[in-house]
Amino acid sequence: MIDQMRRAYAIAKKDVRIYYLKGPVIIFGVLSPAFLFLAFMIGRDLPVDFLIAGLLGMTIFFTSTSVAPVIAPTETQTRNLERLAAAPISITTILFGDVLASVLFGIAISLVPILLGMALGVSITHPFILALGIVLAAFCFSAMGLIFSSAPTSMTSTVMMLSMMVKFPLVFISGIFIPVQELPLWGQALASLSPLTYITDLCRYAFQGACHYPVVVDIGALLVFLAAFMAIAIKLHERSLPKRL
Amino acid sequence: MKNVIEVKELTKDYNGLTAVDHINFEVEEGEVFGFLGPNGAGKTTTVRMLTGVIKPSFGSVSVMGFDLGRHPIRAKEAMGVVPELSNAYADLSAWNNLQFMAELYGIPKRVAVARAEELLTRFDLYDRKGHTVKTFSKGMKQKLVTAMSLMNDPEILFLDEPTSGLDVQSARLIKEMVRELRDTGKTIFLTTHYMDEASQLCNRVAIINHGRIAAIDAPEKLKVRIGGLQYVEVSFTAPVDVSDLSAMTGIAGVRTSGDKIQLYTDEPDRTIRGLVDYSQSSDLEIVTLNTLTPTLEDVFVKLTEEA
Repeated sequence: MIDQMRRAYAIAKKDVRIYYLKGPVIIFGVLSPAFLFLAFMIGRDLPVDFLIAGLLGMTIFFTSTSVAPVIAPTETQTRNLERLAAAPISITTILFGDVLASVLFGIAISLVPILLGMALGVSITHPFILALGIVLAAFCFSAMGLIFSSAPTSMTSTVMMLSMMVKFPLVFISGIFIPVQELPLWGQALASLSPLTYITDLCRYAFQGACHYPVVVDIGALLVFLAAFMAIAIKLHERSLPKRL
Repeated sequence: MKNVIEVKELTKDYNGLTAVDHINFEVEEGEVFGFLGPNGAGKTTTVRMLTGVIKPSFGSVSVMGFDLGRHPIRAKEAMGVVPELSNAYADLSAWNNLQFMAELYGIPKRVAVARAEELLTRFDLYDRKGHTVKTFSKGMKQKLVTAMSLMNDPEILFLDEPTSGLDVQSARLIKEMVRELRDTGKTIFLTTHYMDEASQLCNRVAIINHGRIAAIDAPEKLKVRIGGLQYVEVSFTAPVDVSDLSAMTGIAGVRTSGDKIQLYTDEPDRTIRGLVDYSQSSDLEIVTLNTLTPTLEDVFVKLTEEA
């Protein structure tokens, strides 16, 4: 078990070197949620701490789901996946390594909106809850990214299209632009199905001291989504790996 | 000698098509085992099942006593794999690729550094250790992938077409490495299209065709087994009438190849004497005269054409 964890860490280091430490990836990770956020917020009179909480939730979401989905199709194309399949590691280890790299990237980039908020005078009321929420959400969204990459294809564009089709609608139903309590009942029901809702809610709690769901529910929901996404990703990749080789 | 690989009833079906059909064989410790077959015969599928990359539809593989289905991690730790196509990470340096392999196989850092330096030196890549693999030539990539497969000091090395498309020096280096590994008691499972290579390196070869094993034996025994293909190859200072030669006693067939004439016979001694008499009576000089046994290629062609 410890051996497999060490090997997963080696895969994470490899992923960071190859896929994450690239200028365009980092810039895209910061800019895409920022632009989307500005497009919807400019002209609306909302408190800065509300805005920063939404921006933070969205940044973790976009960064943690940005690269993980393309690793498997890319390594199918370059045949590196066969190298990993022949190594003494399980599929779970490979996926956990990919998740770990994505989590580190998500956490690192999430510092950008936090620092921006602090520069604008936003104070963090519950730093421990914020840190816990960021880590949990980064794991949760990274595992979600792996589900997108389970399609047995070597075409990254196919995976990106799939990923975008799911990611963008989620942004609009997760209480980022409109607080969950202001949504109609059907909207609130939809929001409760999105993991993004719970990290956004936790961020609001951390910055503003108030949230729609109890903190325990937010954390519990993120844990449930994480476990479910990881289990689904492992199952799907176990099925698709032989088709990739 | 104990068996380090045991294959029982190994089968792989793809959507109703049987790529590998209930094959059985063993590989002994310390031998170089050649695995030959025409394209599409099931070679790569077999190697992928033996290395745990894909799961068989039926049957079992045991590596170093570990059932690959039940203990894949332990079995894979004993192996090194050089796949048909180079698959080092192009965006990583040679050094980082080697260290990554060491980490995947749980090699301690200190050992990994020493081994990487030794392998890079041995494969003449030490000066390029910091360069990314995408700047390497095909030969350099293949040498690096071979070095990567040796990072865990494996008991069994799987080589899938290791010299395919390489320049003479790189191919020779890899063949030399196979010999050195064999001399140190390692077991090599070699898939190749080059019959000369198999003949030079392998203690035994298996020939697979249409997913089934057509023959397994030592190369020389296989050559004897197909028999009837010995021939005497001769060339003279001037063209000769081939029908004169085919009329000689004991000649089963005659083929010409450039200025050489190949006389197929079961009695090479009698044929040589006949050729000497013929040259004297025709006032011709013999330029070359060779007795040739069937090559592994002849065996391969015969067995794969028969099936």
